[in-house]
Amino acid sequence: MTSTLTISGLTKQFAGVTALSDVTLSVAPGERVALLGHNGAGKSTMMKIILGLIPQTAGQVTVCGAAPGSAAARAQVAYLPENAAFHPALTGLEQMRHYLALRGEPATAALPLLEQVGLGAAARRRIGTYSKGMRQRVGLAQALIGSPRLLVLDEPTSGLDPVSRRDFYALLDGLAARGASILLSSHALTEVEARTDRILILSKGRLVAEGPLADLRRQAALPVALHVTPRAGAELDLPGAVAVGGVLHLTCAQDEKLALLARITAMGDAVADLEVLPPSLEDIYSHFSQRAGQ
Amino acid sequence: MIRRILATAGCEFRIALRNRWVSIAVALMGLFSLVLAAAGSAPTGGLGVDRLSVIVASLTSLGVYLVPLLALLMSFDAIAGEAERGTLPLLLTYPVARAEVLAGKMLAHLAVLALACGTGYGLAGVAALWSDPGAVAGLPALVRLFWTSVLLGATFIGAGYALSALSRRPSGAAGLAIGLWLGLVVLYDLGLLAAVVADNGGWFTLNAFPLALLANPADAFRLYNLAASEATAVAAGVAGASASIPPWQSLASVLLWPLLAMAFAVLGFRRVTP
Repeated sequence: MTSTLTISGLTKQFAGVTALSDVTLSVAPGERVALLGHNGAGKSTMMKIILGLIPQTAGQVTVCGAAPGSAAARAQVAYLPENAAFHPALTGLEQMRHYLALRGEPATAALPLLEQVGLGAAARRRIGTYSKGMRQRVGLAQALIGSPRLLVLDEPTSGLDPVSRRDFYALLDGLAARGASILLSSHALTEVEARTDRILILSKGRLVAEGPLADLRRQAALPVALHVTPRAGAELDLPGAVAVGGVLHLTCAQDEKLALLARITAMGDAVADLEVLPPSLEDIYSHFSQRAGQ
Repeated sequence: MIRRILATAGCEFRIALRNRWVSIAVALMGLFSLVLAAAGSAPTGGLGVDRLSVIVASLTSLGVYLVPLLALLMSFDAIAGEAERGTLPLLLTYPVARAEVLAGKMLAHLAVLALACGTGYGLAGVAALWSDPGAVAGLPALVRLFWTSVLLGATFIGAGYALSALSRRPSGAAGLAIGLWLGLVVLYDLGLLAAVVADNGGWFTLNAFPLALLANPADAFRLYNLAASEATAVAAGVAGASASIPPWQSLASVLLWPLLAMAFAVLGFRRVTP
């Protein structure tokens, strides 16, 4: 099956400033890809190019087999902007009906879509009275219209509470299972960790790392942290360990992990508890961004 | 395509209704028209013209100021406002052409303007007929005033969109719109009059002056309405020139300007990158 989104050698310059530099990537149908990067790393610029809102300086972009921004591409791509905004004088229902009409879908789908994002009760209130989280949900509801083949979501969970975030990712899982590709950017690294198939790290307009989280973890080869709780009165012989409130903290390289674990388990009853903490996505993210010179 | 345009128009009309633009426009046109209908009854006797024709001449002078003003006030925010609210990027990712977006907005704003003109001119017509049964003779002039007002409105709505696309900020667009109104509706005629006086019946007055009048949509609107009706006699100032310009020329200008303005608007909007 061909890719939903293909980007090769993408470069974008604004008045001499390079926002994106030679970015190459592809997103397959049904794949959920997270785009990570600092503010100004080029995430939003890349999304706007994919959507055809701004032209690229160099490189090729193909969206659903068409040029970005062409009528064929726009019919198959849904977008959720970073701060979803709507006309304050319209109600949620009216705004959704308008978007449905623009996509050639029946207006009767408006209320079910709003109910799907938990806005059924507020559907007949003006958007001007909505909170930021509610506006974000209207944005999400409009991105679900029709059967988009590619969803481009810019910071989709900003302004959502933890429960709404979980519901949101459940919605995305459903869409991906039906073959939609999802490209989302986020600052909330922990939620991206469990909910995406692949991670892209942008730094200063360059793609500095790409792959499933496990691969990135291996590539980064960051030390593993272990927390060992000794049984009361027991003395553990662990060189390099630092006692923090009765718990011994120590780190080791990935390839030494199993040997160290074997040593600790050999201590038998002297150990009350053991926790192994793999490097978090935050650690991996800073590793790759720093290596790129951030 | 039609469905997308109508959906946009419906949405925009609802917004105009909620922003009170509909009630403001209707109240303004109604009030001024009634005042003119009451005041315009005085000079009838001496001119031998029916009452409504005289009122139409007054309404023409009112419309030439008020219709462009209302049109620009409604349209200056169309693109700049969307850009500032942040609704433009999302809209442009939808499978809708920019010309379709503008056509939908134009339809809604024109409907508001038609409603306002219809109410105002209608009230004036009813007032004239009520006091003078012979005013029926002026009805065709009133109808002509109505549809030319809508066309004049379309010209300035299109111009408002073009300015809105050009400035990209509502405050800048508002300034440009007021400037355009002052320039075309107020200062243009003053400038022409000054030139005619200075020229003293020379080449400018004979050749350039009629063309200059036709080139301005507001002047063309006034010329056509006054020349086509029998009320030229009560016209004053620049409008007095209507006798020398054939009505088909001013009509052509009235018909062409909306298309030109819309073309400018579409070109301007295409250049906007959100």
